[in-house]
Amino acid sequence: MRHFFTILNHEIRMLLVNTSTYLAAVVFLFVMGFIFTFLLEVYSEAAQETSPAYDFFRLFLGFAVFIIVPLTTMKSFSEERRSGTLETLLTTPVSTTEVVLGKYSAAYLVYLLLWGSTAGLFYLLHHFAADPRLLDRGTLIGGYVYIAVSGLLFVAIGVFASALARNQAVALVVALALLFLLIFGTKLSLGTQFMQLAALRPVRDALDYAQVFQHLDDFSRGIIDTRHLFFYFTGTALTLILTVLGLEAKLLHN
Amino acid sequence: MVAVDDVNFTVRRGEIVGLLGPNGAGKSTTLRILTGFLPATSGVVRICGIPVASRTDDAKRHIGYMPENNPLPEDMRVNEYLYYRGRLKEIGRERLRTRLDAVLELCDLKRIRHRIIGKLSKGMRQRVGIAEAILGEPDVIIMDEPTIGLDPHQILIVRDLIGSLRGRMSVIISSHILPEIEVTCDRVLIINGGRIVAQGTPAELRREVLGRTHYHVHLAGDLAALPTVLAQVESTLVIASASGPDASGFHHATLTTTRDEELGEPLLRALMARSYRIRSFSRTEPTLEDVFLAATKRSWDVVDLPGARVPIAQRPRPGPPT
Repeated sequence: MRHFFTILNHEIRMLLVNTSTYLAAVVFLFVMGFIFTFLLEVYSEAAQETSPAYDFFRLFLGFAVFIIVPLTTMKSFSEERRSGTLETLLTTPVSTTEVVLGKYSAAYLVYLLLWGSTAGLFYLLHHFAADPRLLDRGTLIGGYVYIAVSGLLFVAIGVFASALARNQAVALVVALALLFLLIFGTKLSLGTQFMQLAALRPVRDALDYAQVFQHLDDFSRGIIDTRHLFFYFTGTALTLILTVLGLEAKLLHN
Repeated sequence: MVAVDDVNFTVRRGEIVGLLGPNGAGKSTTLRILTGFLPATSGVVRICGIPVASRTDDAKRHIGYMPENNPLPEDMRVNEYLYYRGRLKEIGRERLRTRLDAVLELCDLKRIRHRIIGKLSKGMRQRVGIAEAILGEPDVIIMDEPTIGLDPHQILIVRDLIGSLRGRMSVIISSHILPEIEVTCDRVLIINGGRIVAQGTPAELRREVLGRTHYHVHLAGDLAALPTVLAQVESTLVIASASGPDASGFHHATLTTTRDEELGEPLLRALMARSYRIRSFSRTEPTLEDVFLAATKRSWDVVDLPGARVPIAQRPRPGPPT
């Protein structure tokens, strides 16, 4: 693991000197700010049952993840493979695992950084409308913890997609498809008639366990359930292992 | 598909070896196997005695590698890139600083050390690639087509750079540009269809593959009596071709011999003694190009022989390079 920090350092630096990261951050914050303003408009018109933070985090799952995950991850391997620098990288005494972990960690840190910056929206709300009803501390902390924990898996999925495709656009589509399957696919497939068969009960249970929206509900209510943590941690580990294997297989059959 | 089959060679310390072959001959694949980037299906590669397949990381510490087309990250500065690569090659921070200066000096990159790589010319990028390969002072340097796409002036610079490594590091370069290999390399391996078809120093190859020396004479006199004169000088010397007399009665004649040593002086003396009139006389050195064409043609001939097409699975495959 001695090269892990070298690679991590390099990757973060590359993301931070890149204009496209800042461009993405600006666009992302603009969209999030827009959504946040819209939410506040709704709340100012009529009383709602939930706090704005709760709705904000639901929108995170349903929408923002699909922008930010591909943005932070689609370049990581596709770019290196396209330009051929992966070959020079892997002919130094670094292992594929170190490379994958280094790139993954860098992408995850940038992901956290971007999400962390949305806390500014809540700060503004707190500063200008010091209304405790609008800012539920439990929901806020739970929500951000959820973003950090679920981000582990989502970013891993993005890195996995990037390792599979030489083309960034393909990496983006693969990442979107996988994320969609995870976030909406579980819910949609549970609703089908087919899934109601008694024989499929274990499958139904498994899918029920992987209900991402349900996890968010729990977290934003302040419940940090170890089963959910287990789900994300093992999912992340599995995805990263598949990334390493996929990358090595790609090299073998180049 | 078999890209490289039964390739076997040794590179001595401090030697520059050229891997020569037409496009698709298996040069890049061979080099990638040497670096441990690609695994071989069978056979053994040893770098400094370390088997690459089982101790890949150890072997990689002894190799500096520059792949084909020299891929570099576009948006880094030259010294940043070299520093990062140095850290990956496990050079300590202190030593890396002095190494970086030395390498920048050697490759004449001092002036452009703060420039962004994506904006450099091809020749400069190539020098950055070479600087990167020699940064860790590896024992073995492997370069895949180091002079491809450069102008003659840049080729000269890169060639000098590679030449300056002679004696210190073992260098393996691949190319399909013949003069390139002939000038820089101590030894040449000609590879075609994934097999080594000839190897040796350029001079050895000429002898081995072509097996004869040519003399070119522009002379006037009795051509019919010439063979006896030649036989007196050297028994294997014969007339390969001769043109008819031109307006002034001179013939162009090509003489060949299987002997390698210089026959110019006795031959000239004998011709003068028999009162042949000579306008020009020269020994023509076969170029590596002739050798290369002859060697690759020979290998295709072998492949194309009926009965030579043994199914790959049944062919004995002792394995790639050592």
